[in-house]
Amino acid sequence: MAHSTDSVFINLGPVHPSTHGVFRMRAHIDGEVITDIEPVFGYLHRGIEKLAEGKSYRQVIPLTDRLDYVASMNNNLAYCMAVEKLAGIEVPERAVYIRVIMAELQRIISHLLGIGSFFNDMGTFFTPFFYMFIQKEKITDLLEMVSGQRLLFNYMRFGGVSHDLPDPFLPALSQFLREMPAEIDKYERLLKENEIVLARSRNVGVLSREMAINSSISGPVLRASGVNWDIRKADPYSCYDRFDFDVPTGSNGDCYDRYRVRIEELRQSLRILEQAVSKLPKGKVINPVPLRFKPPVGEAYSHIEGNKGELGFYIVSDGSDKPYRMHVRAPSLLNLSALREMLIGWKLADAIIIFGSIDICLGEVDR
Amino acid sequence: MAELILFPASIRSELPFGFWLHLAIFAIGIIAILLTSVIIFIWFERRLVGRFQLRKGPNRAGPFGILQSVADVIKILTKEDIIPSRADKFLFWLAPVIAFSPVVVMLAVVPVAGGALLADLDIGILFIIAMSSITSLGIFTGGWASYNKYSLLSSMRVVSQLVSYEIPLILSLVGVVMLTGSLSLDEMVNAQNVPFILLQPTGFFIFFIASLAEISRSPFDLLEADSELVAGYNIEYSGMKFATFYLTEYCEAIVLSTLTATLFLGGWQGPWLPPLVWLLLKITLVFSIIVWIRATLPRLRIDQVMGFAWKFLLPLAVLNILLTGSFVAFWPEAPSWMIGIANLVLLIGYILFRSRFFKPGGVTVGAS
Amino acid sequence: MTIKLSREIINHSLHEHVSSTDYSFESEAVVTDSASLVKICEVLKSAPGIELDYLSSVTAVDYPDYFEVVYLFYSIKHNHSLTLKVRCPDKQQPDIPSITPLYNGANYQEREIYDLFGISFVSHPKLRRIFLWEGYPGHPLRKDYGIGS
Repeated sequence: MAHSTDSVFINLGPVHPSTHGVFRMRAHIDGEVITDIEPVFGYLHRGIEKLAEGKSYRQVIPLTDRLDYVASMNNNLAYCMAVEKLAGIEVPERAVYIRVIMAELQRIISHLLGIGSFFNDMGTFFTPFFYMFIQKEKITDLLEMVSGQRLLFNYMRFGGVSHDLPDPFLPALSQFLREMPAEIDKYERLLKENEIVLARSRNVGVLSREMAINSSISGPVLRASGVNWDIRKADPYSCYDRFDFDVPTGSNGDCYDRYRVRIEELRQSLRILEQAVSKLPKGKVINPVPLRFKPPVGEAYSHIEGNKGELGFYIVSDGSDKPYRMHVRAPSLLNLSALREMLIGWKLADAIIIFGSIDICLGEVDR
Repeated sequence: MAELILFPASIRSELPFGFWLHLAIFAIGIIAILLTSVIIFIWFERRLVGRFQLRKGPNRAGPFGILQSVADVIKILTKEDIIPSRADKFLFWLAPVIAFSPVVVMLAVVPVAGGALLADLDIGILFIIAMSSITSLGIFTGGWASYNKYSLLSSMRVVSQLVSYEIPLILSLVGVVMLTGSLSLDEMVNAQNVPFILLQPTGFFIFFIASLAEISRSPFDLLEADSELVAGYNIEYSGMKFATFYLTEYCEAIVLSTLTATLFLGGWQGPWLPPLVWLLLKITLVFSIIVWIRATLPRLRIDQVMGFAWKFLLPLAVLNILLTGSFVAFWPEAPSWMIGIANLVLLIGYILFRSRFFKPGGVTVGAS
Repeated sequence: MTIKLSREIINHSLHEHVSSTDYSFESEAVVTDSASLVKICEVLKSAPGIELDYLSSVTAVDYPDYFEVVYLFYSIKHNHSLTLKVRCPDKQQPDIPSITPLYNGANYQEREIYDLFGISFVSHPKLRRIFLWEGYPGHPLRKDYGIGS
């Protein structure tokens, strides 16, 4: 007798432990296999782009903290760079180095959390997550020293950074840099060649090179697909051209490669940090800018290699003290562009770890 | 008093109402020990996992946080009992009972000292196998009756996983049965002058892995995969019913630790200490290994879980039966160390042979 | 360093396919109208030596007289970039052809612009609101959308 089965429709999210926030996927599954999936956004939409139009340029900096809240220094940096480009503000040399230090520390935080929650999705019951969280807390302590905050730092200013580094910062940072490589080796021993990790993530959720480029994927996900594209190398900003570091790339574009790329980037970030600390010049950290300054009429787009991909700010000025339009090129949203193609045909359990391997932050997706 | 609790068969007949007294003491004892040990083992697991994760674990309520589970129990029991409006109310109510009772019953045939057990069944092992599969029925009933897609998916996984792993689990015990020549657990423990883990390492390997799958512990914890199915089959349960399911899970873990200890680690046997203490120590050891695995390994996917049972464990179990059977049939007087070594060679050889098919692969990501 | 494409190179590759009146240059950006957008994108995506294969971002600005949709392209192969602007003078019923068939990465960004600016992208495969719900009154990023109303 011929028989057919109906596909079942389930909601993954918005309240679901593995969507890393309030993301929702409407999934049709046939048995365990996903036949169709539709992402639903907007549960965390706060209208930051509209809010920015009603605030002065400087008042927008705290708003940018709230985009990708696991790496708010990066958002500060990209926004300040865009405004500086718009108004032609120079940044003192010391501030440039401090900014790089902060950005790389934030990249380490974000990658640690990304890898940790990826393995949570795989079902490791929080062990790698806690190992990484301990290191993440050490960085958070460092960032608290400079900014007084532990999550939303609000540290960068137009023309520099708000304060100079406090005295205990550099010794503490050096200590962290000494300890961290051994910690990464610890994660590697636990996870790198674990048979189950390989079975679960190898050749799962493969994103081809062409698909990745065509879908505007950026950051570690793009590099895991074998594209050597890192804005720190391709379009150097701040002082990245003065550092010696490599761009890790994957070959398969599967979940395992995305995890490997992030681990390698941790090591590269440590290299950059070491060089930045040793080269850190003396001097002032900010070229003061008037509180309510008015950039000239025009527009500017500035981008950085954020922790999750290309983070860009497009700012249009009409000559007043408020931005006429501010647009955030949010890597988290665009990295989801190929989600449907990556998920269809995989089992429900795979879908969760594929989604986890993209590593998004909902604050940035919905803005 | 100690003698009364351990109750050797010799004095059973001498006491008035010996049979009924025996029944009452053991039934109450098993339930009391099981339920209190669940509370202690939950605390123990949380502390242990905390250690594995470089943190302290619960340490606020009472000395070393030992009252944490008590507080959790009080919290859970005082919660509102919610039944989804479209659930099948009768089955929804019945499911925790179906799941819980067989787990307790399983302990009836486990000896806590020589001859001290509730019912010395001739078919002790068969009884345990039969009872352990009823629990999956309760879990499936609960998942189905909840009228929830997540719990339904979870119950589907339960049925497929538990039915599959039952087979290697049973077959792994055949070797033990052949060496003992009996199905009674009491005699099995008595036969273990050398713990069976040394004579039957293959059997122990299969039994331990299959029992991890039976109790749905990591890496086979698919049915409650919290990152995928939120909580699994008990997603709609709350209050006392949820507590019963939770209790079932831990009781299963304890019961299967007990079985592992009884069948392969020599049960209550051991020098110097009283038998019951030895048994509890061995249970704790097995349980700690289960927790260790949980804190270390990621979860497998459903097809990998099934493939592992049918393609890896089942052939190994059959080979084990052939090997042990040939010893018993053709060379009964073989020294026990030879059986053990032959068995170990089979296990290692099989794993090495099969691992050629599972390529772990090198590292693909390098700095460019 | 990602360099901006020079006018000569763009002119050189576009002149065979697009008439020179269809686009103009404004500081560093190429400005065109909605009729020739898809054609220009097709040419620039495949023209040898240009190959703008990566669409970095799409956004829109509500100017007093027109809507402007801003595309930013890179070429990962040659490491150069191009800003393309499309102006849409009809502020009542703005519509622009979708480039999602060419660049999958435009999908969500065009939906976002449709949601927040109300610009419809013709032939977009699934043009629905992305952040706000269907039936939400108005388009918040338009300048005439009163805050607090």
